[in-house]
Amino acid sequence: MAEFSIDRFVDSYARRAAGMTASEVRALFAVAARPDVISLAGGMPFVQALPSSEVIAVATEVLTDMGDTALQYGDGQGTPALRERLAMLMAEEGVIADPEGVVVTTGAQQALDLIGKIFIDPGDLIAVEAPAYVGALTAFGAYEPRYLPIELDDDGMIVEQLEQALVRGERPKFVYTVPNFGNPAGVTMSYDRRRQLVTLCREAGIPIIEDNPYGLLRFEGEPVPCLRSLDPDNVIYLGTVSKTFSPGVRVGWALAEPSVVQRLILAKEAADLCGSSLNMLLTERWFSDETRWRGTLNGLVDAYRSRRDAMLGALDEHLPDGALWTHPQGGFYVWVTMPEWLDAKALLAAAVERRVAYVPGTAFYPDGRGTNKLRLAFCYPTEERIHEGVSRLGALLREEEQLYRSLQG
Amino acid sequence: MSGMRIAVIAGGRTPERDVSIRGGHRVTASLIALGHDAWLVDPADVKLVEALRERTPDLCWLALHGKEGEDGTIQRLLDLLKISYTGTPAFDCELAFDKVLAKDVLRRAGVPTPDWVVIEGWALRDLGAGAALSTALERIGLPCVVKPSRSGSALGMSAVEREADLAGAVMGALSFSGAAIVERMIRGTEIAAGFVGTAMEALPLVEIVPKGGVYDYGARYTAGATEYFVPARLDAGVAETVRQATREAIEALGMHGVGRVDVLVTAEGAPSVLEANVSPGMTETSLLPMAAQAAGMSFEQLCDHIIRADHLR
Repeated sequence: MAEFSIDRFVDSYARRAAGMTASEVRALFAVAARPDVISLAGGMPFVQALPSSEVIAVATEVLTDMGDTALQYGDGQGTPALRERLAMLMAEEGVIADPEGVVVTTGAQQALDLIGKIFIDPGDLIAVEAPAYVGALTAFGAYEPRYLPIELDDDGMIVEQLEQALVRGERPKFVYTVPNFGNPAGVTMSYDRRRQLVTLCREAGIPIIEDNPYGLLRFEGEPVPCLRSLDPDNVIYLGTVSKTFSPGVRVGWALAEPSVVQRLILAKEAADLCGSSLNMLLTERWFSDETRWRGTLNGLVDAYRSRRDAMLGALDEHLPDGALWTHPQGGFYVWVTMPEWLDAKALLAAAVERRVAYVPGTAFYPDGRGTNKLRLAFCYPTEERIHEGVSRLGALLREEEQLYRSLQG
Repeated sequence: MSGMRIAVIAGGRTPERDVSIRGGHRVTASLIALGHDAWLVDPADVKLVEALRERTPDLCWLALHGKEGEDGTIQRLLDLLKISYTGTPAFDCELAFDKVLAKDVLRRAGVPTPDWVVIEGWALRDLGAGAALSTALERIGLPCVVKPSRSGSALGMSAVEREADLAGAVMGALSFSGAAIVERMIRGTEIAAGFVGTAMEALPLVEIVPKGGVYDYGARYTAGATEYFVPARLDAGVAETVRQATREAIEALGMHGVGRVDVLVTAEGAPSVLEANVSPGMTETSLLPMAAQAAGMSFEQLCDHIIRADHLR
């Protein structure tokens, strides 16, 4: 008799690898990626809107003028010129940044991992929005935290819940939030809530991680000051060029206090020595021409606004009574809440069969909540496809409602 | 049997697309190593009929899983095109794949299978069958297992402990298929019984011990999430009754060439056939290649055997 082990290292893996498993949802996404499926699932930026001839020109320029530097290892913190550009980008949103406080990372996603690495010991409590960005949950998850989920309403994080938790004696290592057009909920934290949050965290001595990938993608309304500008000392700010330029260059950053910066650089160097010199130079060059980057960004904002409008219109037209959804003023996502009986994860198979896909809400909660929620992304599909996709989804949800009623006898 | 032109059909549009492609690539590589001219065709990428007319194969290896691949659809199409294929003929595929039909066929043939009730989606919607749900539960009892009638890899399957969870489980199963099966839960040892060729050519029994207790999608496709024992740790007598039940199931369902029958064995040693698979997985974590390996058969030899079986049909 033989015991067959498919994976002979199975007893060697770390505990943190336990959650890295195959899943039905991933299997369905493999089908959802087919062109005949209208995917409202992935948050892929609309890179086709980038002026490709200009990108090619910039890339050529970089390799021609600075080939030796571009093809060599670079600075662990990121090139000084790029950090200056990124400081300039942050100033667009009222964040005053010293380039010395910036650490360039491989997308803001790496910054999340590095934050987890330097702040979280196994079992530590961290406060996250509920729902929260799934990539943050997986990045932090590798460091085995416990979660303190703080719910959202139309004004963003319900800070009172955090306050009550602190009164109860809970003490999170940090508070993580995406305050502008958050992923997945698409809501923006109000000014009052921001003041309330920074005051509470300052008094309690709990750092805030402000993740702001979408801030410059505002379609309407007045920008709300960043948390970092409200309390520079207690907020670690994360940014990215993935939404304003290209996710393919993988350039993100963290802005923090010198003591944190030092640890982030050491952690970053331990992870990958330095970011891609070529991509850092390319990004720096891209943002050196103000007309170019602003023109591109404005074009993107216009495109996303039209797509958002298309989605909100289609939802009005096709979703059954009882469905609620957010009205994002920017960003990529609409968050749909169905009545309690809906299991969005179970329904995904039927949705993919009808050639439409979304992300089931449970992915965005650390505790299994969100079964009746769906995240819909309007960033990538054309307006026509958005209409068709939402129409397919609406028909399916109506049938599901009918099925539910019939099961009630 | 070398030098054949073999189109390996893999991929498709079912949730088992990835699994199918992984297995399909593995099979293609082995067939090439065996000296055949083999290539992979993904019906989600190309128009299948055109692709088969363009590069005419002598044989199609069916590595598709789920609907389209296991329900007789592609087999009927290949019958029409007069292209031979591996595995079970069209009608028998339809029988084996649809648990509503398969379980009836098994019961009529006297093969033990857990008691069940069928819940049709349309009957719920149009006939008010939801009112009969409690009657179904009285018959089957709790805990029970709810599964889609036509789906593989345990997709859409759930265990129900409380009556309040039944409706949700049925809706989940109906997301994958037009009908759901509510089946009595049998506790025991999970066994996979594979064969290559005919029912008489059984591979060693594989015992499945999922570390999380449930052999669900994650336990099937995450390397290391499940322990396997080959041959299964069963008494010789019990193993023989399992093989007997398996043979009867294979014959009743008309399975040919290759297949896998999933069986539960109670603590008393009584086997109960859960389902039959006409297109068993061929990935590195799949059960059939594992059983073949335990029988001293390499993956290439297994592939060779499956091709030869086609000519004996």
